[in-house]
Amino acid sequence: MAKRVSLSGNEAAAFAMKQIDPDVVAAYPITPSTEIPQYFSQFVANGEVNSEFVAVESEHSAMSACIGASAAGARTMTATSSQGLALMWEMLYIAASMRLPIVMTVANRALSGPINIHNDHSDSMGARDSGWIQLYSESAQEAYDNIIQAIRIAEDPRVSLPVMVCMDGFITSHALETLEVLEDEEVKKFIGEYNPDDFLLNADHPIAMGPLDLQSYYFEHKRQEQDAMDNAKQVILEIAEEYEKLTGRKYSHFEKYALDDADIAVVVLNSTAGTAKVVVDDLRSQGIKAGLLKPRTFRPIPGKEIFDALKNVKAVAVMDKADSFGAYGPLFTDIRNIMFDNKDIKIVNYIYGLGGRDVGTKDIEMVYNDLMDIVKTGKVYEVKKYLGVREKGGEEVWQL
Amino acid sequence: MATLRDIAKKPELLSGGHRLCAGCGAPVTVRRVLSAVPEDTHVVVANATGCLEVSTTVYPYSAWRTSYIHSAFENAGATISGVEAAYKVLKRRGKINEKFKFIAFGGDGGTYDIGLQSLSGALERGHDFVYVCYDNGAYMNTGIQRSSATPLYADTTTSPAGDVIPGKSQLRKELADIAVAHNIPYVAQSTPAHWKDLYEKAEKAINVDGPAVLNVLAICPRGWRTETAEDMEITRLAVDTCVWPMFEVVEGKWKLTYKPRKKLPVEEYLKKQGRFKHMFQPGNEHLIEEFQKQVDKRWEEILARCGEI
Repeated sequence: MAKRVSLSGNEAAAFAMKQIDPDVVAAYPITPSTEIPQYFSQFVANGEVNSEFVAVESEHSAMSACIGASAAGARTMTATSSQGLALMWEMLYIAASMRLPIVMTVANRALSGPINIHNDHSDSMGARDSGWIQLYSESAQEAYDNIIQAIRIAEDPRVSLPVMVCMDGFITSHALETLEVLEDEEVKKFIGEYNPDDFLLNADHPIAMGPLDLQSYYFEHKRQEQDAMDNAKQVILEIAEEYEKLTGRKYSHFEKYALDDADIAVVVLNSTAGTAKVVVDDLRSQGIKAGLLKPRTFRPIPGKEIFDALKNVKAVAVMDKADSFGAYGPLFTDIRNIMFDNKDIKIVNYIYGLGGRDVGTKDIEMVYNDLMDIVKTGKVYEVKKYLGVREKGGEEVWQL
Repeated sequence: MATLRDIAKKPELLSGGHRLCAGCGAPVTVRRVLSAVPEDTHVVVANATGCLEVSTTVYPYSAWRTSYIHSAFENAGATISGVEAAYKVLKRRGKINEKFKFIAFGGDGGTYDIGLQSLSGALERGHDFVYVCYDNGAYMNTGIQRSSATPLYADTTTSPAGDVIPGKSQLRKELADIAVAHNIPYVAQSTPAHWKDLYEKAEKAINVDGPAVLNVLAICPRGWRTETAEDMEITRLAVDTCVWPMFEVVEGKWKLTYKPRKKLPVEEYLKKQGRFKHMFQPGNEHLIEEFQKQVDKRWEEILARCGEI
């Protein structure tokens, strides 16, 4: 029986971890994800879980200990943000290439410098090519649901890859929300036991992990990571279907909101999708065919599905809460690439909210207004724009 | 105490066929340490990136008859922490019944320098494992660059002996002292040339409950520019000149495990190595004097700590 509870995003993540009762959690404090290991260590101290909690001395060691634990055959979890994820960067690639099903919650936060503790996606976007599956979450509910599903996705033998579950730092991690959670037993049954084929602590079959892999084999091993990502697309859908049967909550690779007959659409990740939905409702009430696509799976990117979902839209704005200086936002790069063969669609990129700059309904209205202009005129004057930033000469507009 | 005959009967956990150089001090150290593992006990080895790692596990081969994990350079301490934590919980949950021991190997670069934080964290957290540093006094894997374990005046590719600067200008860092400062149950220094000493220390390190650190002088004929046939002799000279004191620290209590019958002058050790060749050029006598002075100072400290004076 599901029950309704009030939890912050971090509490929801920690609660999911408690119900999962993983073998090992190795973590290090960093704002805004600190509460996750904090709550979890309390569960350990109270005997509410049977896990080993390793309070490491850095995030590099957090991911290294997770790699050791997972390689040893333990179901392993962690959480981090921002600089923590950046410090782990070296180990992220190693975890993925060793095909270790570690599940990590990321409370997204801007990367230094300058130092800033608030939300954007520069941390997880920096780990885009590490070989980790990335799931994004609009709310605490989605973070909770994604974490539970992530265990199954990561451990599926067709996948065998680590999964990062992202939610917006502070906006989601610290805001109290009413959500529906499963019973402990239901979670236990849904995730099942973790029994890997090969692991370090298999006394009958010692194994060497992480050997030197040169020109003769490295390329094939990297190619297999691509195969695993391809398989993950199907596995994510299968597990979502099973999860829907259990909870009634439907998950896919992305959420379509008023998209099927839309002329203009925004593509945006995480909590800003919630703000954008308010704007879509408002525009729809005015008879404007506005829609939204909120990706859940960013790696692997569901290219064909996104192509089909956006094919009838006339103009799309892809909003990135991360930038690639001298190029375009990472989400935009993927979406425009996917839509390349559809020459009728105009696609523009908005960089927004860096360092936690607030983005409200007014800002998103501006985006939809721009899209309406693009549809009307058929012209795109600027492919990459910055939303809500004080530009040169425009200081008076944005005086705080 | 096991005899050499007993040890020889045990299965070798690091097999031949690995690609380490002839005369390398690392594999003899590893074999001696692993020979001290009880036969009813399985081993997981964690290895920092380095010569030992690149030469013993070239995919698809492995020279290790134990389970083995390498993940990166600076994190053998953290990696073995994770393995040990997994063992504890899987044993508690009844998923594993066998007895395991955890041994991490790293060179001096991976231990004194880039891996020091990770090692310190693992020691402080009290994981039940043995950390073995095979100290050859430089980054040999990348081509003989200086580390914080490189001895004073040694000529390396990043502390070259030149017309103005005579090799490495700094003293080496004392890893054993740092390990002792973690209040761990066992710390020792040894060499593979003293097989009995190393075996006994490895046995104690393995049997102790909690973290143990072995710092082992492991000659590198390439980096030291020595004759491979003289490996063990040069290693013994390091001990007889008191350049490499052999001691153990049990629960914080220092004990000298070898006292040279006659303390030899440091020249006896230095003159056999190309990395110290410049010290013997006319006009550089003061370098040898300074080296001797530093060795004497450290030796006196150790004697005092061990209650020998």
